Amino acid sequence: MLLLLVGIVILHIAALVLLFVSTIVSAWVVNPASSSDLWINCNTLNGVTKCDTANTGVWIQAVQALMILSIIFSILSLFLFFCQLFTLKKGGRFFLTGAFQILASLFVMCGAIIYTVMNSNWVHPSLFYGYSYILAWVAFPLAFISGLIYVILRKRE
Amino acid sequence: MLSVLALTSVVLLGIASQCTAISVYTNWEKHVQVGSDVRLSCSFFSWHWTSAEVTFSWSYRPDGAKESVSIFHYTNGAPYIATKGPFRDRLEFVGNPNRRDGSIMIRNVDYNDNGTFTCDAKNPPDIMGHPSNVRLLVFEKVPVQAGVITGAIIGVVLGLLILVVAIYYLMRFLVARRVFSLSMRHGKKGKGKEGSQQRQAGPSK
Repeated sequence: MLLLLVGIVILHIAALVLLFVSTIVSAWVVNPASSSDLWINCNTLNGVTKCDTANTGVWIQAVQALMILSIIFSILSLFLFFCQLFTLKKGGRFFLTGAFQILASLFVMCGAIIYTVMNSNWVHPSLFYGYSYILAWVAFPLAFISGLIYVILRKRE
Repeated sequence: MLSVLALTSVVLLGIASQCTAISVYTNWEKHVQVGSDVRLSCSFFSWHWTSAEVTFSWSYRPDGAKESVSIFHYTNGAPYIATKGPFRDRLEFVGNPNRRDGSIMIRNVDYNDNGTFTCDAKNPPDIMGHPSNVRLLVFEKVPVQAGVITGAIIGVVLGLLILVVAIYYLMRFLVARRVFSLSMRHGKKGKGKEGSQQRQAGPSK
């Protein structure tokens, strides 16, 4: 029982860490000379790195908002899990925790989809997708599975 | 004792009114679309009452130029617009000096109007202060400011979440109150029936 609990919490935290890294690290689209992400664009010329703030279009702001919302909902879900662990009666399901985690995964999915479809507006054609972008796509099924486990799980004593 | 207190307060007020300066407030930047009108607001804070000799002075320095030209002056209760400046027939005084507002309106802005506007306000005897600058940026299409839409989306979703939680707890509270009032009515009816049964049982014994 304890092993199961630890495993679920580790899965949840892994999804959360992926979300954090994906949102913060500047590697959504890269090429050998520059990297750009949701917040800044950096260029490296002759060893000198120059960064300036990203384009302020409507779509990139939507992606920023969705990534931040997914992080908030995942943190809320973790907090709710510990609350429900102590207050739920025996045999009850962690519906609320699972709902928040599934919502977080849906937000990441929407953000990644919007970025994929609309990034031709602000990204140079010579750039290709970096690891932050891939981590965002990996975080989506991870968070979704974690949420499903919470919904299916029943509390035992 | 009281006279000493009064004297100290008078002296302090006298010193204070000479140490403070007038503070002039304008925007930092103004983003406008070409062809529209822009209102450049300027207000000030001063420890003295607004006198009748309050003056407002606007000057303009185009982007890339080194010198600024004076475009507007308000003094002695009347506005004066520079007759040879770049805004001679496009400038209008829309401020209210009695409310410490010395704003001007520029109509039909063009790309040549990009530059820095400086507002200087003086409220005699309070004439010490720094003028304040506002930068005018003219765009073909005003771009969305960074973070506005992000904040709006996050705010709406979190607001909906809080609303749903509040409605859930309100429904639970209302249902609990209704159940409580129903149980009270049942309890009273039960007591009434018991009382009538006791009265019937009494005389038969």
